[in-house]
Amino acid sequence: MNSKHVLVALVQDEPGVLNRVASLFRRRGFNIDSIAVGHTETPRTSRVTVVVDSGTGDVEQVRKQFEKLVDVTKVSDLTEESIVARELALIKVKATAFTRSEIMQIVDIFRANIVDVAADSVIVEVTGDEDKVESLYQLLRGFGVKELARTGRLAMTRGGLGPLPVEETEAQRLKKPRP
Amino acid sequence: MRLKGAQILCEGLLREGVEVIFGFPGGTVLPLYDTLPQYPKLRHILVRHEQGAAHAADGYARATGKVGVCLATSGPGATNLVTGIAGAHLDSSPMVAITGQVARAFIGKDAFQEVDITGITLPITKHNYLVTKASDIARVVKEAFYLASTGRPGPVLIDIPRDVFVEEAEFSYPENIDLPGYKPTLMGHPAQIKKAARLINGASRPIIVAGRGVTISDANTELKELAEKAQIPVVTTLLGIGSFPEDHVLSFGMLGMHGMAYANLAIGAADVLIALGMRFDDRATARVSDFAPRARVVHIDIDPAEIGKNVSVEVPIVGDVKTVLGALNKEIAVGSRLDWIRHVEQWRHEHPCVLIRESEKLLPQYVVRSIYEATRGNAVIVTGVGQNQMWAAQHFWYTKPRGFISSGGLGAMGFELPAALGAQIGCPRETVWCIAGDGGFQMTMQELATIVQENSPVKIAIMNNGFLGMVRQWQELFYKRNYVGTPLWGPDYVKIADAYGIPAVRVTQKDVVRSAIKQAMASDGPFLIDFSVEPEENVYPMVPPGASLAEYMEAPQECVAPVDSVTLPASNL
Ligand SMILES: Cc1cc2nc3c(=O)[nH]c(=O)nc-3n(C[C@H](O)[C@H](O)[C@H](O)COP(=O)(O)OP(=O)(O)OC[C@H]3O[C@@H](n4cnc5c(N)ncnc54)[C@H](O)[C@@H]3O)c2cc1C
Ligand SMILES: Cc1ncc(C[n+]2csc(CCOP(=O)(O)OP(=O)(O)O)c2C)c(N)n1
Repeated sequence: MNSKHVLVALVQDEPGVLNRVASLFRRRGFNIDSIAVGHTETPRTSRVTVVVDSGTGDVEQVRKQFEKLVDVTKVSDLTEESIVARELALIKVKATAFTRSEIMQIVDIFRANIVDVAADSVIVEVTGDEDKVESLYQLLRGFGVKELARTGRLAMTRGGLGPLPVEETEAQRLKKPRP
Repeated sequence: MRLKGAQILCEGLLREGVEVIFGFPGGTVLPLYDTLPQYPKLRHILVRHEQGAAHAADGYARATGKVGVCLATSGPGATNLVTGIAGAHLDSSPMVAITGQVARAFIGKDAFQEVDITGITLPITKHNYLVTKASDIARVVKEAFYLASTGRPGPVLIDIPRDVFVEEAEFSYPENIDLPGYKPTLMGHPAQIKKAARLINGASRPIIVAGRGVTISDANTELKELAEKAQIPVVTTLLGIGSFPEDHVLSFGMLGMHGMAYANLAIGAADVLIALGMRFDDRATARVSDFAPRARVVHIDIDPAEIGKNVSVEVPIVGDVKTVLGALNKEIAVGSRLDWIRHVEQWRHEHPCVLIRESEKLLPQYVVRSIYEATRGNAVIVTGVGQNQMWAAQHFWYTKPRGFISSGGLGAMGFELPAALGAQIGCPRETVWCIAGDGGFQMTMQELATIVQENSPVKIAIMNNGFLGMVRQWQELFYKRNYVGTPLWGPDYVKIADAYGIPAVRVTQKDVVRSAIKQAMASDGPFLIDFSVEPEENVYPMVPPGASLAEYMEAPQECVAPVDSVTLPASNL
């Protein structure tokens, strides 16, 4: 089983809502790997994608606590779902006249883009799952990475099921061996 | 209608049925205080410390089931509320706390008496609000009361900047609430209810564990029906005390660390455990991996996050206990489980935990029992935290809901006196006894002044053992009697009471306990009794920390000999 869990939440755009979310994960002893927030198709509603490590505790418990926040409409654990998951990264790499073409080749192989060129560096933009972003980053490190910015994961279920999967029954959620 | 923010707030409170506000003024709430006289139906009770305001609002809420309201100024006023808010949060008590905040232009500037109280209370409130314009107040008040009192109740804090109190806005009180993220589930899932019924009907050694959720949802009748129909023994958590009449033949007292041995034994033997509105706190379960090892668990709770949190559950039902039991009881077969009940009854005979040993000394258990006898159980008992709390739980038979009020989850010493005041304000016709520890009493005894100012007839029994008793007990049992930081000097409480104008007596002899209690009850106003109880008395049974429920320690042999014409209440079955 995957130890990284992807929780997707729809939240009301109220002041401080992100603080509530972050505070909840801290209080329940979870480390957040990444968190991405943005508007949705519905006005006043934002979508929060949180990646947490299940090694730090019972994800189902924190999902329920998350869902209990008054500003939060729904939280789904998409880990076991069929999803599209993407992350975007900007990588500023040192580039000289000698290395620039080699960097461009690597960028091409990864279907990434160079979005800024300066005398001594380029900015590479890459979108993909975390493995892809991570591999590109590792390759570019050889040239000297000056800055790295990653958005954290965004995720969406495949198919026409709407923004979040149909709710599972309480019993399914609780199917868990007795200690 | 155009009103000022402070007026809108008061209009909202009136529409929410608020009658009492426990508060303490200061700069940022002055505009609100200035407005209060326009609303004579809102009774303001001036406490002596904001912690007292929060505990009093909590005591009021627990005694009445209504939302308790407390009010404080910004900065130190707001932070003083924190302990009381945390206590209400852990024990699911409905509360609305209102705090003043510095004016909007000063927020974030470290202004005089500015603290981020919404940030501070984020993890100890059900929800909180920083109101930024007067036109939001009506909606926020409506939502706050709705959130505090529905679903799993809890405290909601409203922080209002000083200038918002004086800003004008059009007032109309909203009819509806729009909270898409808040939809408590009340009805249990029918298939789950059927499953639970099948499990219960097939059980041979079922047990019910009733918690505070039963009292919150007013499900006492439904609980009784379930127990009687299926003939199931009932134990309660500390906060579930009173949810099932303790003089009932099927009542087997409290479970847990200081629970009755027979209750804990019954948990160990049960094949089906029906948990109603309780959250498997570690004081109730003891070592959780060995809790109810033979039982298949049905858990009915309104909060989905409580299900499966500490104990894994075979049949979870998310819903309001009253509603769910209403449906479940229809599916329950009339049962007779005489063998099982006799079995538990036998344990009760073998382990007479509620007997008080014969002694010339003034035993605290005897004091509690005497209050029980003098009031015939018809009183509201508000306790401190520690030994006094456990004796109050063990040696009094609670027959009605909301008769036992105690800080369980937070275990906040100092709760007793202000919470007793709040309970008495909420229930003026009840006899309210505050059973205090001398440690806890010294934490909030300034509220004696509030009690006098409000002429509130609270009866106060200080279990004066000269120690932080419960901690001393742990030192005795687990730290080789190394009494560090627990011997406790105290003032002359009779003189203290006298200084406040409260009649008081000191009781050092067993033979005058009853007459002192009678004297207290005969007095119209407040009364204080300083009971100089046996200093090194321990609370038993006790499950040592880290042990399982089955590993309880009982009182040393000589301590369990029967006594004193104690009359166990007649059963009403
Ligand atoms: C010194 C000390 C010793 C203690 N010793 C013991 C002990 O020996 N035994 C013991 O039991 N406790 C003991 N406690 C108390 C313990 O810490 C907990 O506070 C207590 O066990 C909690 O009881 P509860 O689960 O019934 O109530 P709560 O903690 O109030 O939980 C209530 C539950 O009911 C649910 N609920 C609320 N409303 C509804 C509704 N309408 N429908 C359905 N569900 C609802 C809530 O979601 C929650 O899960 C002790 C405390 C102290 C300070
Ligand atoms: C505010 C607070 N501080 C510390 C504790 C830890 N504590 C638990 S019980 C106890 C002793 C209580 O002493 P007292 O009020 O005299 O009551 P007793 O146990 O003697 O009946 C202490 C210090 C607590 N529960 N609350």
